[in-house]
Amino acid sequence: MLPLAGRNLCLMRGTRPVVDDVSVTISRPEIAVLLGPNGAGKSLLVRMLAGLVEPDSGDVTWNGRPPDRQRAIRLGVVFHHPVMLNRTALANIRFALQAAGVPRHEQRRRATEALVTAGLGERARVQAQALSGGEQQRLALVRAMATSPDVLLLDEATANLDPGSILAIEDLVHQARNDGTPVLLVTHDLAQARRLADRILYLHGGVLEADSAAPPFFSTPPTRRARAFVEGRLVA
Amino acid sequence: MQDTSDAFTEALRLITTLDRDLVEIILMSLRVSLFAVLFAMLIGLPVGATTAISRFPGRGALITVMNAFMGLPPVVAGLAIYLLLSRAGPLGEWGLLYTPEAMIIAQTVLVTPIVAALTRQVIEDLHRRYDEQLRAFGLGRGATAITLLWEARFSLVTVVLAGFGRAIAEVGAVIMVGGNINHVTRVMTTTITLETSRGALDLALGLGIVLLTIILIINGLAGMLNSFARNPRLA
Repeated sequence: MLPLAGRNLCLMRGTRPVVDDVSVTISRPEIAVLLGPNGAGKSLLVRMLAGLVEPDSGDVTWNGRPPDRQRAIRLGVVFHHPVMLNRTALANIRFALQAAGVPRHEQRRRATEALVTAGLGERARVQAQALSGGEQQRLALVRAMATSPDVLLLDEATANLDPGSILAIEDLVHQARNDGTPVLLVTHDLAQARRLADRILYLHGGVLEADSAAPPFFSTPPTRRARAFVEGRLVA
Repeated sequence: MQDTSDAFTEALRLITTLDRDLVEIILMSLRVSLFAVLFAMLIGLPVGATTAISRFPGRGALITVMNAFMGLPPVVAGLAIYLLLSRAGPLGEWGLLYTPEAMIIAQTVLVTPIVAALTRQVIEDLHRRYDEQLRAFGLGRGATAITLLWEARFSLVTVVLAGFGRAIAEVGAVIMVGGNINHVTRVMTTTITLETSRGALDLALGLGIVLLTIILIINGLAGMLNSFARNPRLA
């Protein structure tokens, strides 16, 4: 699946470009944070990279080939609003493992391990939709991680969660990176970007204004709007 | 008034003593309607789910037809099946007219659009929420349809119960293709019609009570399932 690449991606909504000639490559174990204000086009860019939204121009490749359904499961995607299947927490993970072609006899063990990793071992038999928001988001993340994906794509996975839940998810993200999985994490939360990012992709108005290592981005933001964002000033 | 009261008492006696004719008619009704619903499910669930998650030329027209056929007048369905199965009809040599099988076909025709149209609506709503996640899991169209049917299982049981309610309470089509033949094709609704016209109210009332009870049970089950499905701790 690696490198996961988007080249010259453009997406229009009416006559307005919402993603404008963006090129991104994910190829090594790192936490790349896709940062930018609301409406910058972050979620659409991630969906294009995940093969869920077709760009109007430009192309996405997974290891040099266009996206295809058979390899989709090798990307672990977690959405802002996690979709929980109407079954237990354990069964949710087993479903993903089955989709990934994991043999039946291994599914239970791996699903149980994933739940324990997420601190949800005691909640295995609870209906997933009855879990709290933070628990559902953790479950969605370990469900994606359980299939041993080649890349993790997280779209605002911690938005609207309490600090404890955010910490738990950030721990899981660190763990994924340390285990060798590249992570592309979408956020507009500057503090979270500072805590997690090895690399920053700064998107504003559909334009990728920066793609650099995190320390230089935060010390010397490369554009006026990136500087304003980093300094916490309100910008249009 | 005395006649009605006597008929009601006699009806209760027929029920409590499990009168042979009464039981035979009830069992025939259940047999015809349960098979019709089974066939309607086998056709309607996949058709509804496929229509919900697919885009193809004529999809809008198909949805309009399915929705319109939910209100298909039973006598029109009965007439169509009669013409098909009558001796001069294209399927006349099968010899199905005035048999329980003909009644099952007629009820299947009536119930299938209900199951298909309501399934389409339920699955389409669910698909809107689940689509991206299921595609991210790499599921194809068939696996997506099966997953969504399972996810919607409680709503779909209600759909099927609605179809069964329509089938068991139907009279027009089954009387046309079944002929209401004693001990052969007589079901609750056709017997009630016949016995009432003859002034034999006891059997008609007895069957009416049983039919009403069955419909109440169906609605009760549908209500219970809805409550069950709305509570994620139980579902």
